[in-house]
Amino acid sequence: MITATDLTLTFGKGTPLENPALRGMSLTVNQGEFVTVIGSNGAGKSTFLNALAGEVMVDSGNIIVDNQDVTKLPTHKRAGRVARVFQDPLAGTCEGLTIEENLALAIKRGQRRGLSAAVKARYMDQFKSSLASLNLGLENRLGDKMGLLSGGQRQAVSLLMASLTPSAILLLDEHTAALDPKTASFVLDLTTQIIEEQKLTALMVTHSMKQALEVGDRTVMLHQGQVVFDIAGQDREGLEVKDLLELFEKQRGLEVDDDSLLLG
Amino acid sequence: MLSNIAFYGAIETGLIYGLVAFGIYLSFRVLDFPDLTVDGSFPLGAAVAAVLIIEGVNPWLATGAAVIAGMGAGAVTALLNVKLNILNLLASILTMIALYSVNLRIMGRPNIALLTEETVLTPWYDLGLAYHQVPVLLFIIVVMVSLLLLWRFMKSETGLAMRATGANPRMARAQGIATGAMIVLGVAVSNGLVGLAGALFAQSQGAADVTMGVGVIVIGLASLIGGEAVLTPSTVLRALIACVIGAIVYRLAIALALNADFLGLQAQDLNLITAVLVTLAIVLPGVRTSVAARFTRKKA
Repeated sequence: MITATDLTLTFGKGTPLENPALRGMSLTVNQGEFVTVIGSNGAGKSTFLNALAGEVMVDSGNIIVDNQDVTKLPTHKRAGRVARVFQDPLAGTCEGLTIEENLALAIKRGQRRGLSAAVKARYMDQFKSSLASLNLGLENRLGDKMGLLSGGQRQAVSLLMASLTPSAILLLDEHTAALDPKTASFVLDLTTQIIEEQKLTALMVTHSMKQALEVGDRTVMLHQGQVVFDIAGQDREGLEVKDLLELFEKQRGLEVDDDSLLLG
Repeated sequence: MLSNIAFYGAIETGLIYGLVAFGIYLSFRVLDFPDLTVDGSFPLGAAVAAVLIIEGVNPWLATGAAVIAGMGAGAVTALLNVKLNILNLLASILTMIALYSVNLRIMGRPNIALLTEETVLTPWYDLGLAYHQVPVLLFIIVVMVSLLLLWRFMKSETGLAMRATGANPRMARAQGIATGAMIVLGVAVSNGLVGLAGALFAQSQGAADVTMGVGVIVIGLASLIGGEAVLTPSTVLRALIACVIGAIVYRLAIALALNADFLGLQAQDLNLITAVLVTLAIVLPGVRTSVAARFTRKKA
């Protein structure tokens, strides 16, 4: 379970480029929930994910992951609880290392690393069976350099790495956006499959409203650094993109009204 | 061509610079941290070892102290970068400059002669080998042991974390790796190796001198890049072997250039030759592939 309360974050404070990215953002994700997050450019989606991961520190508010306050912890100290797949398919893996070395890095996520050999014989069965589940034939290429794989293959392996050890939450940051449509749907299917099988708690940012409604069991829309609507269960069922757009327009319309009220 | 003594001399210094190349491989290649501290940590290692040896300390202990001093210097550079956010290159230049004063303080004078002192080499002269072969034998052992330890380390969990830190820091952090700590450890180990090289160099040359570090970084880089041109560094082991081969080839090339009378080169031309060799080592692999590409295009 993960609880973010009243997060605020302003980039470039006190400069002409001052940009309030989060303005009192609150969200609770329950155990086993798969939440999709949408919002226009600059809505604060990526900043929110970066704040949860520890890549940026919030100005105020707090973040609780599994009953522990992680607000002030840097990325590497949260990594045991927070798993992550990046938008850039090249960012989640090391191209100079072999597939098995990348997996060996991931299997120790958030744990102490010692001086024993990183790639251990006892990992091999797990590595091979999880790679085999991708149906890409990678289980026979454990010693190949990661750089030899295509973007889609690398993203699939990144996903595998993020789910190799348990975590309180899996953060997916538009992880299919940089892939061609066919590969994107392959990676998305893989995502839902892994999340279902392992009953993971996940937060997926996406640009596609269609995708946001098709997968997961709850959808949250961000606008100007806040949650503008949060929809789950029956309300969400049968909802289509145009309904979502309407909802969004309504929310935005209300805001505009508020502004005009304030200005008037 | 080369006399026997000049040949062994080139191998001997080549082996020492192989250790420097290991250090530079660790900082420049593994951590992607351009570290010029080595110009200071090489004479630091020499100074610490020399002072302790003339004080009567066991030469191996003195050499060990030189390694620790080198590691300390590397840690300072890395901490300036990690904790104070000073650009890595600049941080290393600051440490390098500071070390010049530190080295003078340690030695108390610009140079210390070790010719009459007992060094790590002394017992080996009783083995019955020719005088110029002794350092080569000992240094081969030291380089082999360092290479195996480094290789083993790079394959360990911590070593792998260090490689990830240099290759993809964002991914490394997301995997729970304290990248700052990895940089400190890696740059420290790197300069520890350079301190070891300095200590051995002082003992084999019979003196420690405060200016002996000038250009060590360039020679180390020349060895690293030259070695990579000879042996493609597709694995850690190959990369480490390439460091040693590169360093020895470099010293042999220098010795040959200085000994080839028809070229008319003299000792003072050393730095010019170094610069030319480094340029060639960087450019040649590219030329080779472009020539090969032209050739295959014609065939197709």
